[in-house]
Amino acid sequence: MALRELASLEKYLGLKKPNKYSTQGDKKVPVLQNNNGPPLVGQVTIACHLVKEAKRAELLGDGAEGRAVVQQWLEYKVTKLDCCCKEDIKTILKDLNLYLQDKVYLAGNQFTVADTLMYYGIHPLIVDLAIQEKEQYVNVTRWFDHIQHYPGVRHHLPPVVVLRNRIYTGRLH
Amino acid sequence: MKVIFLPVATHRVSNGQMKLFLSEGNPHCLKALAALQVTGVQCGVHYVNHEERVVPFLSRPAVPALLLPSGLHLFSPNAICRYFFEVNGQESSELCNQWLEWEATDLQPALLQGLYLAVLQGKGSEVSNLLQGHLNVLEQSLSKGGTPYITGDAVSVADVVLWAALYPVLSDSLKSWFDRVAAMHSCQSAAQKVLQGKGLQGMKSYMQRQPVPQSSQSRDAQPCNSNPAEGEESERFVSEEEMEAATLTWSQGLSADSQPLERKHPILPQEGKRNILMTSALPYVNNVPHLGNIIGCVLSADVFSRYGRLRGWNMLFVCGTDEYGTATENKAREEGLTPQQICDKYHAVHSSIYKWFQIDFDFFGRTTTEKQTEIAQDIFWRLHKRGFLLEDTVEQLRCENCQRFLADRFVEGVCPHCRYPEARGDQCDKCGRLINAVDLREPQCKVCRQTPVIRSSKHLFLDLPKLETQLEQWLEKSTSSGDWTANAKQITRSWLRDGLKPRCITRDLKWGTPVPHPDFKEKVFYVWFDAPIGYLSITANYTDQWDKWWKNPHQVELYHFMAKDNVPFHSVVFPCSLLGTQDNYTLVNHLIATEYLNYEDTKFSKSRGVGVFGDMAKDTGIPSDVWRFYLLYVRPEGQDSAFSWADMALKNNSELLNNLGNFINRAGMFVTKFFEGCVPVMELQQEDKRLLALVGWELQQYIQLMDKVKIRDALKHILNISRHGNQYIQVNEPWKKIKEGDAERRRAGTVTGVSVNIACLLSVMMLPYMPEVSQTIRDQLNAPQSCIGTMLQGSGAFVCSLNAGHRIGAVSPLFQKLEADQIEALKKRFGGQQKTAGSQPAAAVPEPTAAAEVAPLNAADPEKAKQLTQAVADQGDKVRALKAQKADKAVITAEVAKLLDLKKQLALAEGKSPEPAPQKGKKK
Repeated sequence: MALRELASLEKYLGLKKPNKYSTQGDKKVPVLQNNNGPPLVGQVTIACHLVKEAKRAELLGDGAEGRAVVQQWLEYKVTKLDCCCKEDIKTILKDLNLYLQDKVYLAGNQFTVADTLMYYGIHPLIVDLAIQEKEQYVNVTRWFDHIQHYPGVRHHLPPVVVLRNRIYTGRLH
Repeated sequence: MKVIFLPVATHRVSNGQMKLFLSEGNPHCLKALAALQVTGVQCGVHYVNHEERVVPFLSRPAVPALLLPSGLHLFSPNAICRYFFEVNGQESSELCNQWLEWEATDLQPALLQGLYLAVLQGKGSEVSNLLQGHLNVLEQSLSKGGTPYITGDAVSVADVVLWAALYPVLSDSLKSWFDRVAAMHSCQSAAQKVLQGKGLQGMKSYMQRQPVPQSSQSRDAQPCNSNPAEGEESERFVSEEEMEAATLTWSQGLSADSQPLERKHPILPQEGKRNILMTSALPYVNNVPHLGNIIGCVLSADVFSRYGRLRGWNMLFVCGTDEYGTATENKAREEGLTPQQICDKYHAVHSSIYKWFQIDFDFFGRTTTEKQTEIAQDIFWRLHKRGFLLEDTVEQLRCENCQRFLADRFVEGVCPHCRYPEARGDQCDKCGRLINAVDLREPQCKVCRQTPVIRSSKHLFLDLPKLETQLEQWLEKSTSSGDWTANAKQITRSWLRDGLKPRCITRDLKWGTPVPHPDFKEKVFYVWFDAPIGYLSITANYTDQWDKWWKNPHQVELYHFMAKDNVPFHSVVFPCSLLGTQDNYTLVNHLIATEYLNYEDTKFSKSRGVGVFGDMAKDTGIPSDVWRFYLLYVRPEGQDSAFSWADMALKNNSELLNNLGNFINRAGMFVTKFFEGCVPVMELQQEDKRLLALVGWELQQYIQLMDKVKIRDALKHILNISRHGNQYIQVNEPWKKIKEGDAERRRAGTVTGVSVNIACLLSVMMLPYMPEVSQTIRDQLNAPQSCIGTMLQGSGAFVCSLNAGHRIGAVSPLFQKLEADQIEALKKRFGGQQKTAGSQPAAAVPEPTAAAEVAPLNAADPEKAKQLTQAVADQGDKVRALKAQKADKAVITAEVAKLLDLKKQLALAEGKSPEPAPQKGKKK
């Protein structure tokens, strides 16, 4: 899973030569063999490395604050989303929904690599939501829809229909 | 159609001020505060409750949290730390990121589980196993990198984050790095602020609010930061040079001049030797020691003294029973004996218990001797002449009926603070506040229930404030040059921080060392002043030249062993007594304090019959060596641990039987079976040399740890060696090779020879822990005495001590399996009286059940008590007889239940409370 996400990220970043990855441990932690140094281990570490390689440092956030926020959500993705159990799902969606209330992207007004990875991580949760639930977490679905349509991001994941067009819903029935 | 929602510009008010929110006892907060202080970033710090929701969008409380100038919140501790470092101009490197990610994804789940076990379940001993894999990863990286810090030569955010994460649990494995980070003042003060110096217990309320960790996900301690190739096995890498060095050592063989020292009493300090004087806290005479007492002082000290002798140090190990005081007087009253008779009786009980546990004192004395009076009075007069004693009048409760002043524990009354009717003379159990006995309302003498009167009485006080500066200077030196356990340093520090107050050294009692001053002639010394002087007087009873040990700080190093509750008396009060005499006394250099050992998941309690007491251990049929092994394996070193029957059986069966015993036995059996009892010729190949290096490394670790009195940690390295050995035999299969061609037979010979030599080394390393088994192994191998002296010299030397052609003796198994039902029965037997309440009454006594039900508390019935005493004795004989006949388990269990029931009734008839009563653990 993590490897496919990294491959999609590479494509989004427009890296020409795809990297070779291996994994280690039961949790299949991704490992990137690096020509210039020791291997890099862990999805967040590798993702940030790829962004730098593509010379797209702006994707890591703007200023110290922005960078801290991006790192926080990347960590959130690998610690909270990747191994979340059923009971956690509601809390995660509720919290994110509140967080995204006044934000376009996770780091505010700027698209970052946190949006990409969080999108990959939350995709399985969104797929399982009933249409009513999607409405309950309207800010999350709005953000999710936005990211999945962001040029070059989606790649290995199927699109999810998230919004019903309210004009045509049967409110008056 | 795409809809883009524009952000609503509602930056929360924050005036551009940063605020860091922390809660006390939350381990994650330590990271954030340490990072803040290390970087020196300007930021307000606010302490909140664990429950407080600081981050508006999170439904679960998340602390630490950082409110950024922009109004955004950071709630990930690692992100907060990174941010502080970045603001301070230290952007985190890729390597740094990698460690932070590893910490969050791999280490944290395991840590959470570990803390859960340690803090809430009292299973601190399991933490090191749980985290071993992770610690190895870190250790390998540090040793491979060869840098002082994780990512290089300077402190990075990774160091601070990992240091703080591991702070509550760290053992010695990463010591030099850990200490380096901890040495930064900012880290130290952060730890003090967040964890309040309370260690694991300080985190209890935080941990209680965390979801229960799932063990499955964190069991996996895959090293994430090592090369994937090495990831599978945390095997140590052995270099060519190490192998060659190990082979060279091996070939040197035994050195003739390292005969172990013959112990010739009296042992006195010798010029040019390391002279070590050891004491273990004096057990109070009228308590039968429980396992926690035993591991806390005498057993730990015994291991170290045996080890020290192996190292060739000149050791003197003294201990004895502490016999004076109210408790003895009272016990004497209870049993209708004189205090002296009580002391004689129980001193013998103590001696026999320690003898059974093979505690090898050089001298086991007692405090009720002439020498005690002589030395204590001399110290008193010296203090008096130098003006370190103060006089003051104290109001005390006196029971006219019993004709004595009442010690705090013999008064009960209504709490002046909360009106709880059964407050004790020193503290109220309900509101927890400390009480002065004279402030109790409606006080009662606990013995006769009469109302005591207040009398004033003149007492002497040791002027600690006057000695404080001198004490601090000495402490500074002693704690920095000697090995003081962390808890010892910390408890001492907290005493000093609160400021010293004069302490009363006299008591209105009869049973004690008399105060020689004519104005105080009806009084005796208070035990806390008197008891430590016992170390001196006991030594004086051992040899007239006791002052060669005790007034010789330049030649002698003094080790005190104890449990943590005794620390202040040995680090503050006793040294002050000695410093005040200005008599050049030897003061403690190394203060070794254990934490507490719990029993299963509760406390040992004599009154409830919960736990194993010294005199009962031998009745279990489990050998003394196995008891020693397990107690040392769970030694509360660095944190509380728990004794558990199931775990004891597990460790016996997995470590002693299947690992250690199996390896030693196999090695010996191969020699006997395949080589007619003679050690075969050994032709070392690469693989053998690699093993020699691995074993040599473990031996070095063992010595390093033992030198620092890390007894439990060192034991792990013994077990590692036999694990290496078992693996070596398993891979080489000498039992197959012996049946094949010449070359294979020679190979089988080498493997057998190397293995049996490792067995010999193990016997030496085990000696301090399991002296009997250790000797048995050397007897079986017919090993030369000089192997004991050779292998533990210097930094350790694994030499070939059984050369080709050496004839070994008869080999037999060393350990026995502990069966589940046997353990289950023991667990029941020592689980306390309450569990047997419903069992059948014995026929021998008329209507015992009814008696038990109606007997009111404290209504002693001497007649019934007499009958029951007889019945208990008879039933006891019956049980012993059944056991001796190896009768059916169910029958024995039923009879044991009867016995326990009888004992309970006896307690009732004697007017003792059968209800669980909280036991006071402090002895002074």
